[in-house]
Amino acid sequence: MRNLWLFISKYNAFFLLVIFFTTSLIMLVNNNSYQRASVWNSSNQFVGSAYEKMNEFSSYLVLGKTNDSLVAENARLRNLLKSSFYSDSIKRVTVNDTLLKQQYTYTVAKVINNSIHQKNNYITINRGKKHGIEKGMGVTSATGVVGIVLNVSDNFSTIRSLLHTETKVSASVNGNIGSLVWGEGNFDARYATLKDIQGHLVVKKGSRVITSEFSLFPQGTNIGVVSKTGLKGTESALNIEVKLDTDFSALHYVYVINNVLSREQLSLEALNKAE
Amino acid sequence: MGRAVIINAIRFVLLIATQVFLLKNTGYYNLSVPYLYILFILLLPFNIPNGLLFLLAFVTGLTVDVFYDTLGLHALACSVMAFVRIIFISITVQRDGFDNEPEPRLGIMGFRWFVFYAIILAFFHHLVLFIFEAFRLSDLGHTLVRVVLSSLLSTFLILVTEFVFYRKKVR
Repeated sequence: MRNLWLFISKYNAFFLLVIFFTTSLIMLVNNNSYQRASVWNSSNQFVGSAYEKMNEFSSYLVLGKTNDSLVAENARLRNLLKSSFYSDSIKRVTVNDTLLKQQYTYTVAKVINNSIHQKNNYITINRGKKHGIEKGMGVTSATGVVGIVLNVSDNFSTIRSLLHTETKVSASVNGNIGSLVWGEGNFDARYATLKDIQGHLVVKKGSRVITSEFSLFPQGTNIGVVSKTGLKGTESALNIEVKLDTDFSALHYVYVINNVLSREQLSLEALNKAE
Repeated sequence: MGRAVIINAIRFVLLIATQVFLLKNTGYYNLSVPYLYILFILLLPFNIPNGLLFLLAFVTGLTVDVFYDTLGLHALACSVMAFVRIIFISITVQRDGFDNEPEPRLGIMGFRWFVFYAIILAFFHHLVLFIFEAFRLSDLGHTLVRVVLSSLLSTFLILVTEFVFYRKKVR
């Protein structure tokens, strides 16, 4: 007992340290919420990490079953996706103006099939007879002319793209009217050819090409910009290369144009032929 | 004896007041934080009994804790520092020198010894303080950077204070 006291008094600094250290630590942990929380959490960390390691190992044993259940879940979720449903609602922009009579109405459609690398390219959209689409209507995108409706089913329509050898659009540049074609020696989806502009007319590079009043598009719809002039054509008319505004490779939404007055116009014109 | 008590009491009040009213609001982006009040423990007389040294260190830390709202943290660091002080002094100072050199002051012990003394004690104090303040080992690197930078700043302040109250060695 006496030796113990001697030992303690000899190394009293150390024992004092232990006493004061412990006292402070107890005070620290008991009176400060952060340290108290840390103490309990760190003791839980050992238990938690042990469970985690064990779980990591055991999860390998049921990988196959887990995979099956995930695949089933994926299939179920895919069925719920918006893209698996056919959207039947349409947006049609109509302005009711009493002073000016509405001539054109626009129907929004989504491009669901598109080609640009063929000689004759077609586009399919998800709007059809049900939504008031008819054969021969013009189709534009936000940037410019896209094509003409070719065939119509109940829910879908095919469009003869501008990139088609038989598509002809009446176009004007600086008030001079010509005919816009594609596929005559040029199969680049970015360019089209403007024909029948009289050779003596000077057309500058960079001039804007728009639809003329004779086309089935509203007059002034954008087509493109003159990129090259003076290409060889017929004797009296030189061809003009036009860079198209519409990027046909990135076509997502198009507008189908319904000319309200077209039927009246056509029936009137039909009388001429009958005579 | 009575004079030493009064001097130390005044020093205690002044240092604690400086610490909690002035230095509490200073620091360099929380990376370098000065703790000047440890100078009080540094300057306690050589011949102080270990028990009293620990008690005073503990009380000093506790007083600072009350102002800093970290009950026990500074007391802990000061207790460790008191222990380091005992070890350091027992290694570097002869026991018979205690009579004519009552306090470990800059003017008495010389510049080199005092710098070493201050840096070691400040380092251990800050080490314990910051580690127990962080209370986790995950960002140990950041804690150690804080320890080193704060020790340097504290030591610098201690030296400045000592120079201001410099007393030539009286023979």
